[in-house]
Amino acid sequence: MGKYVVKRLLWMVPIVLGVAVLVFTLMTFCPGDPAEIILGSTATEESLALKRAELGLDDPYLVRLGNFLSDTFLHFNLGDSWMSGVSIAESIKEYLPRTLILSIIMISISAVVGIPLGVIAAVKQNRWQDNLCMVVALVGISIPSFWLALLLVILFSVKLNWLPAMGIGGFKYYILPALAGCTGGIAALARQTRSSMLDVIRSDYIITARAKGVPEGQVIVKHALKNGLIPIITVLGTQFGRLLGGTMILETIFVIPGMGQFIITAVNGRDYQVVQIGSIFLAIAFSFCMLVVDLLYAMVDPRIKAKYSGKSQKRKKVQANG
Amino acid sequence: MSEQKKDQTFLEVKDLKVEYFSDGQTVHAVNGVSLKIERGKTLGLVGETGAGKTTIAKSILRILPDVGAKVTEGKVYLDGQELFALPEQEMRKIRGNGISMIFQDPMTALNPVQTVGDQIAEVVRLHNAGSKESFEKRAREMLEMVGIPGDRYHEYPHQFSGGMKQRVVIAIALACNPGLLLADEPTTALDVTIQAQVLELIGELREKYNTAMLLITHDMGVVAQVCDEVAVIYAGRIIEYGSKEQIFDHPSHPYTIGLFGAIPSMKEDEEWLHPIEGLPPDPVNLPEGCAFHPRCPYATEECKKKPIEMYQTADGHQCRCCHMGAAKKGE
Repeated sequence: MGKYVVKRLLWMVPIVLGVAVLVFTLMTFCPGDPAEIILGSTATEESLALKRAELGLDDPYLVRLGNFLSDTFLHFNLGDSWMSGVSIAESIKEYLPRTLILSIIMISISAVVGIPLGVIAAVKQNRWQDNLCMVVALVGISIPSFWLALLLVILFSVKLNWLPAMGIGGFKYYILPALAGCTGGIAALARQTRSSMLDVIRSDYIITARAKGVPEGQVIVKHALKNGLIPIITVLGTQFGRLLGGTMILETIFVIPGMGQFIITAVNGRDYQVVQIGSIFLAIAFSFCMLVVDLLYAMVDPRIKAKYSGKSQKRKKVQANG
Repeated sequence: MSEQKKDQTFLEVKDLKVEYFSDGQTVHAVNGVSLKIERGKTLGLVGETGAGKTTIAKSILRILPDVGAKVTEGKVYLDGQELFALPEQEMRKIRGNGISMIFQDPMTALNPVQTVGDQIAEVVRLHNAGSKESFEKRAREMLEMVGIPGDRYHEYPHQFSGGMKQRVVIAIALACNPGLLLADEPTTALDVTIQAQVLELIGELREKYNTAMLLITHDMGVVAQVCDEVAVIYAGRIIEYGSKEQIFDHPSHPYTIGLFGAIPSMKEDEEWLHPIEGLPPDPVNLPEGCAFHPRCPYATEECKKKPIEMYQTADGHQCRCCHMGAAKKGE
């Protein structure tokens, strides 16, 4: 198992390097002069040339790529934002926790609401409970989060005055953005849970469990849901990975300075350094999400665990038997 | 011994009818089946695929799917207690405890994400009071009893071979010493050498606990080896019912005769098998009268008109055929 984790971590190296090279190349060859964007269109030719030299934009592409990679991966020097001059490492330290908290709250709500909806729909297949759950899921996936966000603000902040409409602060500030952003996740999870539960619920071992006298609730949760978890975990993992980089709309509406806003502002402002580091960061975060997903698979399903452990376990068994 | 003299009937199924519904059609799976099993005895339920054998067993245990299946008529008594009248909660206490079931396919009958030990311990925990350790101990005992080392308790079904999985299924079924075992083709999915072992194992354990058994099979060899009584079922109806000797020595129904005719003889050099001509009837549109008449070489107009009564001979051998004499002579 440990071997598998190490193998997966090593695999991340080429992935992250690939992303770094790709993003750097794209940014280099995309039109627009960063010096001009930073200094504005009124800047003189001399000051522009000076700025370009300062940023190292005059060097050949390969030299700059080499410098970038060695700075980032060998010296762990993430550099400063070209626009604000603030250290990128400092910015990530400040922004990441907000996005992380928001993402965790959203994924938790999605799981807590979506999975039970899917289970109910599967257990009561083709009855009114099923239809109701699937209508809820359809509505959830159809509602645009920015629109729901505005409605929630009108209701809870303007009319009822219960929750803050924007900004950052305590836990209260995360409730509305999380509510507005979780509907898509709820819908995706409910649908995935329903279909994987339907696959499982007709299995022979479910009938075995019933024949053993296991109460129906335990049959569903302990025997059926545990077997249907794999696709559900996959959806959870990809949703979470996407949330880490993609809560931009919500961060904008609720004025939360998080990773989404940080990266999008940098893209708009051609802040090359921030875009590059941000992309690499997202690649690493997503890879970790997928690793966690794969490890959760192994926890849930012993057959997958056996596959991960591969030869080493087989050898152990042979020794034990022989 | 003397106190058990009077009525030894342990399981009684009376006039059971089960229907399935799908795509607006009604499938008549079981059409009025009655049978009795005495304590410690074995009844073999023999018939083709789709004859309703498994449905009967699932109805007794009340584990038919809620949607799409319905027991439309009939009663089941276990030791005098009417099972269909029990509330679900009481019924749950009987499942796995009073009656348990061995399933046809051991490859899929075990939960792949639970250790085999836990799967045995679960049924013990559900029906007995005690500590976690005592359940585990009992589960370990059961494993050893079916010939699997107790230290494989924490292994998962995928680490077991098919025969060992079926042993685990048997251990689950017998862990609470049930009075009745419903064995649904327990050896069909196993290869021949393992079949004999598994049958022997079931036999040993049953003898130990005096367990009655309903053995569902289409293998006449297994019936000959294990059963006391035999019921031959065709299209959801019992068409011949009697002791093993009666059925094997004097098969009376043309279908039963055909079944025996389909077994190749070991003594003679036979070129061809002798199957029963035709196919089992479509349970959506069962033929009028005797369901077997389209395939029956002795069928007359009378067979097509109305359902055939069960005829009973003096020694208790029952047969649902109006040409019994002709069929016997023909063979």
